[in-house]
Amino acid sequence: MWTYNKALEYPINIKCPNPKLAKFIISQYGGPDGELAASLRYLSQRFGMPDQKAKAILNDIGTEELAHLEMVGTIVHQLTKGASIEEIEKYGLGAYYTDHGVGVYPQAAAGYPFTAAVLAVKGDPIADLQEDLAAEQKARATYEKLIDLCRDDPDVIDPLRFLREREVVHFQRFGEALRGVQDKLAQKKFCMNDMKPINKKDNDDCGCNN
Amino acid sequence: MIDDNTNLDNCNCNCDNCPDSTRREMMMKIRELDFAIIELALYLDTHPEDEKALCLHKEYCKDVKALKDQYQKVYGPLTIKYPCNKWRWLEEPWPWERGNF
Ligand SMILES: [Fe+2]
Repeated sequence: MWTYNKALEYPINIKCPNPKLAKFIISQYGGPDGELAASLRYLSQRFGMPDQKAKAILNDIGTEELAHLEMVGTIVHQLTKGASIEEIEKYGLGAYYTDHGVGVYPQAAAGYPFTAAVLAVKGDPIADLQEDLAAEQKARATYEKLIDLCRDDPDVIDPLRFLREREVVHFQRFGEALRGVQDKLAQKKFCMNDMKPINKKDNDDCGCNN
Repeated sequence: MIDDNTNLDNCNCNCDNCPDSTRREMMMKIRELDFAIIELALYLDTHPEDEKALCLHKEYCKDVKALKDQYQKVYGPLTIKYPCNKWRWLEEPWPWERGNF
């Protein structure tokens, strides 16, 4: 279970609303490489992990991604709150406004709603961790594009930089977890599901009483 | 990572002796410690044998607990697990509201 902390992981205080930037940044809320997808990807994959380190890292990074989801939602909220209807229309948020007002709805920058189709849970630790390494790089690349697009507003760039850095750290930790899982799978007697040994030879005793 | 300018930037009233400056400073310190704890926890997940990291983690957990106790007594709860005589959870701004601490 989780306990909510009434504070952002990194402070955000955007002084001027700018719906144009909100239209791009919403992608990190509900887009294909966004924080919601990241969190659900890791928190769902953790159930299928064979070793303690991999379970822990997916659990704890999945949790941090929820804090990032809140940060991205905060950026979008502060960029749209108080914007005039003229600005909203002028910067292409008219369609969004029709369906969601200035609420924060999980969608990609291109407008399609959040879908679980953007995340994968293969139930295979190597495939899942490789997926996560790629996901972190895609999120990093997205933040870099957003930083380019937001170059005129330091209040927006500052938290985006923080979020970008976190993706780099997550990538590093997933790499270490993957190496741990690979080492474990290389041990002959390791049982994947507490039932079937991964690489059982005919007369191997896997030690799992099956 | 967090420099001193951030404090000034956050001050909405643009004065040097803002009455909220103590609160802001305390919140910033809490945030720094909470962040360091997250970072150390992720590191320890894949390096559980690292004594130095473990030591730092212990130290920061102790510091942030003391600081949060002090903060919550004055400025209200940071989680719903803080007991109050009246329901103070509703009184303070939420993290997404502009100019929050
Ligand atoms: Fe991440």
